[in-house]
Amino acid sequence: MASASLLKTSPVLDKSEWVKGHTLRQPSTSAVRCHPVAPSGLTVRASSYADELVKTAKAIASPGRGILAMDESNATCGKRLASIGLENTEANRQAYRTLLVSAPGLGQYISGAILFEETLYQTTIDGKKMVDVLVEQNIVPGIKVDKGLVPLAGSNNESWCQGLDGLAPRSAAYYQQGARFAKWRTVVSIPNGPTELAVKEAAWGLARYAAISQDNGLVPIVEPEILLDGDHGIDRTFEVAKKVWAEVFFYLAQNNVMFEGILLKPSMVTPGAECKDRATPQQVADYTLSLLRQRIPPAVPGIMFLSGGQSEVEATLNLNAMNQAPNPWHVSFSYARALQNTCLKKWGGRPENVKDAQEVLLIRAKANSLAQLGKYTGEGESDEAKQGMFVKGYVY
Amino acid sequence: DELAKNAAYIGTPGKGILAADESTGTIGKRLASINVENVEENRRALRELLFTAPGALQFISGVIFFEETLYQKTASGKLFVDVLKESGVLPGIKVDTGTVVLNGTNDETFTQGLDGLAQRCQKYYEAGARFAKWRAVLKIGTIEPTELAIQENANGLAMYSAICQQCGLVPIVEPEILVDGPHDINKCAAVTERVLAACYKALNDHHVMLEGTLLKPNMVTPGSDSPKVAPEVIAEHTVRALQRTVPPAVPAVVFLSGGQSEEEATINLNAMNKLKTKKPWSLSFSFGRALQQSTLKAWGGKAENVAKAQEAFLVRCKANSEATLGTYKGDAKLGEGAAESLHVKDYKY
Repeated sequence: MASASLLKTSPVLDKSEWVKGHTLRQPSTSAVRCHPVAPSGLTVRASSYADELVKTAKAIASPGRGILAMDESNATCGKRLASIGLENTEANRQAYRTLLVSAPGLGQYISGAILFEETLYQTTIDGKKMVDVLVEQNIVPGIKVDKGLVPLAGSNNESWCQGLDGLAPRSAAYYQQGARFAKWRTVVSIPNGPTELAVKEAAWGLARYAAISQDNGLVPIVEPEILLDGDHGIDRTFEVAKKVWAEVFFYLAQNNVMFEGILLKPSMVTPGAECKDRATPQQVADYTLSLLRQRIPPAVPGIMFLSGGQSEVEATLNLNAMNQAPNPWHVSFSYARALQNTCLKKWGGRPENVKDAQEVLLIRAKANSLAQLGKYTGEGESDEAKQGMFVKGYVY
Repeated sequence: DELAKNAAYIGTPGKGILAADESTGTIGKRLASINVENVEENRRALRELLFTAPGALQFISGVIFFEETLYQKTASGKLFVDVLKESGVLPGIKVDTGTVVLNGTNDETFTQGLDGLAQRCQKYYEAGARFAKWRAVLKIGTIEPTELAIQENANGLAMYSAICQQCGLVPIVEPEILVDGPHDINKCAAVTERVLAACYKALNDHHVMLEGTLLKPNMVTPGSDSPKVAPEVIAEHTVRALQRTVPPAVPAVVFLSGGQSEEEATINLNAMNKLKTKKPWSLSFSFGRALQQSTLKAWGGKAENVAKAQEAFLVRCKANSEATLGTYKGDAKLGEGAAESLHVKDYKY
């Protein structure tokens, strides 16, 4: 695409110029942020990483592939391990993540993997760096950079997402370790409003995080999750989603984020989990595509949906319905539970089950790959895969 | 839905809009340039010349009228709107009432026309109009456009759009960033992106249905006092700006010519349609001067020149139609003035 060549870039710096945790880099000379007389006059959407960001985003948004979200915090990973009777130790977390990243041929269906900080610096049980295994599999390593949700003062019991303090040096360090994209998850709750305040805070936080990420070579995944909790109908979800995305893009633009170098991670437009009226995959697809068409500029290369508590099969069916006709952006998946659930159960913590568990993971990954291409047929799905995974008031 | 249908129709590949909505004062300047008196009959005659040009209307999906023209007839007594309807062309109407200087700025403006707009739109709909146009104007300077000017104009566009849709008219959203100035193409791109982002935010906040709107932006070019660049460069910068700001729900982008010569405007539009990149909206034209200039010169106000003038008009219509398909070969017979710049410094409609 012509756009990348139009951006002024300076060469990506040699890693040897980095000192962990500190930056020796001079402020980017190609990003002229203000005209001396006119602070608002000249904006250039570029950092010294512009070309690389575009390339990375495109690689992740490649046809037939999506993201494996495996960035559960230690506490959340603990819940997963507990569900199969395992203790929450670093060794067990290491064993589980090793299983995931070493699944043979995973890179055919998975273009990126989001890691938690511990995993980014971990080795597999055979002593290889997790990031190296991923790169060999042609999977781009990513890193969760937010520091979780906390109560938002002055709101209607809503949350906001922390993590901006020190984000720049942290991002630079993650880049040095091999991460090439980042993720920040904020939430919006429909039963609580959402209030103007909560929506603006969510959007503004995402915009600041995105700008800082790009400045440090990481493609930001922009994730404002509209929680499934509630008994509202699909029309209400649609209304809130339109508002949220309008705010997000407005602030992204104000923060001079380069859209060709971001990815989005939205929730699909569905009824609330407790709503009596369910929706078919076709309805979910229609509403969700309308939302995207009305709010997402085509410069964004990829839209990677979160599963948010849908069952493995539901999440695949809905994605498939959205890919029955060509879209101006790559419409794909960034699934955690919807990729890992059955695999985790199959493993049960036993080394002898690793191969079978990896098989199961590949089955789900392939199903979603087909869904991305609009070719999923749903044959041979197990009952386990069809089980819903919604947890009321889910806390990561 | 009628709005979405009409908006999509206007963006039909191979067609575009003839902007014939010059106010009485402005059309007077055009007529003066060919030594023709600015009286109603002459204004009527010029528009009749355009609307009855044989073979031209097949390349036109919509015509923007000034209020006076909406109610005018051909010499044989047929309403202009009916002439258009018979050829499948949608009539449109300019609904803004001009620009006014924004207090406390360095000659930045906002656009008036919201008072009584709903009633006027209803009247226009009854008279046959199916789309409307409102021109907001911004300029590039050392500190311009200011946040105030951007917000004020974006908000005006959004309110006008919401009202139009309530009355069955497809609103054309026109945030023109004037070409005047010594700035380079990158500056124009940055400003255009900022302005369009603000416009779509305002439209979203006002619950405007994007599928039932059209966008009429400036192309992204160097300033008028800056060296020219190749059409491909203009095309790349312009399409990139749109990719970053215009959601795919908008069916068509119909560019204004803003002082480019007839041939320049066509060639630039053509370059955009040749670009192989993501373009979920169709890219077409809404040209005033860039469709009428050589026609006007050929006419000179004389009845015996009408056929010649209509031929000149057909040439430009066909060329621009090809440009919307990316097939224009630059071989249109150039009428007198077709390559002449139409830029007037600090242009006031």
